[in-house]
Amino acid sequence: MTTLVTVPELETRFAGVMTPDTRKGYEGYIVDVQHLKDFAKALRDEYGYDYLASLTGVDYLPEGKMEVVYHVYKSTGGPGLVFKVQVPRDNPVVPSLVDIYPGANFQEREAWDLLGIRFEGHPNLRRILLWEGFWGHPLRKDWREPYFEEEGKPYSSRWPEGKHFHHEDRNPFGKNVDYPPGFDPYTWEPETADEILYQAVLKRSEIRDDLRTERVVINLGPQHPSTHGVFRMIVTLDGETIVALEPVMGYLHRNHEKIGERNTWIMNIPYTDRLDYISAMANNFGYVLAVEKLMGIQPPERAEYIRVIMAELTRIVNHLWAIGFLLNDLGAFFTPALYAIEERELILDVFEAVTGSRMMNNYFRFGGVARDIPEDAWKKLVELVTDRLPRKVDELDRYLTESELIKSRTIGVGVLTAEEAIALSTSGPVLRASGVPYDVRRADPYSIYDRFDFDVAVRYHGDVYDRYLIRIDEMRQSLRILQQAIRDIPDGPIMAGKPQYQVRVPPGEAYGRVEAPKGELGFYVVSTGKPNPWRYHVRAPSFVNLTALETMCRGHKIADVVTILGSIDIVLGEVDR
Amino acid sequence: MDGRGILRGLAVTFKHFIASYVDDFRRLGKRYFTQEGVLYRSSPQVEGVFTIQYPEERRPVPENFRFIPFLVYDEGPNGEKEIRCTACGICAKVCPPQCIWIVRAHDPETGKPLKKPAEFYIDVDICMNCGFCAEFCPFDAIIMDHDYELATYDRFATNVFDINRLLKPASYYQQIRPTQYALKAAEREKKAAAKAARRGKAA
Repeated sequence: MTTLVTVPELETRFAGVMTPDTRKGYEGYIVDVQHLKDFAKALRDEYGYDYLASLTGVDYLPEGKMEVVYHVYKSTGGPGLVFKVQVPRDNPVVPSLVDIYPGANFQEREAWDLLGIRFEGHPNLRRILLWEGFWGHPLRKDWREPYFEEEGKPYSSRWPEGKHFHHEDRNPFGKNVDYPPGFDPYTWEPETADEILYQAVLKRSEIRDDLRTERVVINLGPQHPSTHGVFRMIVTLDGETIVALEPVMGYLHRNHEKIGERNTWIMNIPYTDRLDYISAMANNFGYVLAVEKLMGIQPPERAEYIRVIMAELTRIVNHLWAIGFLLNDLGAFFTPALYAIEERELILDVFEAVTGSRMMNNYFRFGGVARDIPEDAWKKLVELVTDRLPRKVDELDRYLTESELIKSRTIGVGVLTAEEAIALSTSGPVLRASGVPYDVRRADPYSIYDRFDFDVAVRYHGDVYDRYLIRIDEMRQSLRILQQAIRDIPDGPIMAGKPQYQVRVPPGEAYGRVEAPKGELGFYVVSTGKPNPWRYHVRAPSFVNLTALETMCRGHKIADVVTILGSIDIVLGEVDR
Repeated sequence: MDGRGILRGLAVTFKHFIASYVDDFRRLGKRYFTQEGVLYRSSPQVEGVFTIQYPEERRPVPENFRFIPFLVYDEGPNGEKEIRCTACGICAKVCPPQCIWIVRAHDPETGKPLKKPAEFYIDVDICMNCGFCAEFCPFDAIIMDHDYELATYDRFATNVFDINRLLKPASYYQQIRPTQYALKAAEREKKAAAKAARRGKAA
């Protein structure tokens, strides 16, 4: 489980500037806004907290405060530290930490977009998930969605007098949205929004003196097969070389977090499946860990083993998919992808027999898992893990790794150095391919990962080829964990206590982080003791990893952008949330 | 860069290509359009072609498979439908997308609420097939179905299921989920026995 520490030295050094957070159920420090930058700098340079894992805001409406929460860790491993700043709600201004932790870039933009917290000194503080003309900041507690019904679920109109109605009839389209004064959606033209966007990109592509050439701005996407969904990249080119790149996202945005705050605690589990839909059970895992930490419960042994088995199978599914589609992006059209997906199908058969669904598993519960593994599914799982999958991973390796075509397209492309990878808060295979052996399963162990014998896969060149290789390595390590788990799994209950449809979550905050296949997946939840969470934030690995996209692409040819994006392995369900 | 890597890769593709024919011949007449063949093609031993030719062939769904829920009724001695649902509302309260609507029945004479639903709606356009309703139902009255072929031409007219559309007999439940049915029936019997014992003691 995620652990946080306090540093007594800090308390004496920054006496008067920071105070321990004494609210019940809270941890860490509250720092003065004026001294935030000094504090963060000292933390990074003198105490080794060089990795900003998560940055988000919380709207404390009754207190009239906005809070920004930072979770920092050491890239060498160990427990983390949380600190917060509090600003008045009507004018929330916080100094930006982008120059200290460049990985704060997108996360600060997200906090500005959804909560309206202004980060002073941010180089490009524009909306990121919503469009430029959006009115309001939806994660504020007084903001209401177009199909608003009640503050929290369950809605009283459903029972005991629950006559069916369509939402569209209650809130007719056109009358259910707030527009800014003087705005008419029928006469509005989107030119200005795009103009702001292009200016933002062009600003970063300085003209060299020796040769006067014109910059060309190209839109890749949002409708483009290489973007793995609806994702757009605005690139500025000097000839064919990339000078600047700006990812534009949010086409799949549904404000997962607002939905999560309307939901009761348990209702969020199936919603987390829909974040990174390739690896649904890893998402379940993170959320359940965070809430279990708040509730102070521990799942029984057997449930822990089942969780690990499912999470590692999910990792294999995800990496098979990632490798298959990386090859697709390289132009090996669908043969490798389908070979990989064949094995994925067999794992999904097991998922279906255990959880009831192939992709939207909804399997983890607070204090355990939903149901035990049926016998026939267990038999299939054991056969897959001990015999078929190791063989097929080797085959994939033999098939692709030494291919000259792949090597020439990927070696030396999209290089990210170790320093950059840490500074930009990348995680998962992207971070480890750059030579940083940081794996949450080892660095900050949760569940029962400390019992298994496995190596943290690491590669040192930080290019696309290494990001491919590391996924093969990780599948092998996952198989190792699986083989041990299958050997050691005990009999027993799979649920601590009775399954409950309404859980009581004591007031407080918790951050649950897991090593999801794509990187560090974190859930920051705040409870006020009510049936619905007060704050529910997802630190999505694909989203934060995209911060590094421009650094990886700069100086490469436009044809490589597709490969580099494929090597990060994003899922838009998680990026856009 | 002598091309050996590419050749080795091509050898893998070639092996797959040959294997699909070898396997077709080895299982001639048994591999396609038979139940055995379908099971083989989704087993860990499969080599060659994986594809199942839906809708001519169908993969049997496992017992835990879940799709849109239905309501269970027991058949009474004269063929009447005894609805298990007591309109307690737990399913409506736990439903994440809030797609269940229940109207509780009232006694026409006294106006007191009864332990059964007067109306029951599920908006299947909204249902996310999470299975919470079935999981938390204390009466085993709402169950996730196995029937996944629900395509229609008009969503507004057909996709709000009312109680008549939702009701299915307990025998169907037993047929699709035999293990779960037996388990829950045993649990209910045990509970009933305990209740009877308590009552006996009180008397």
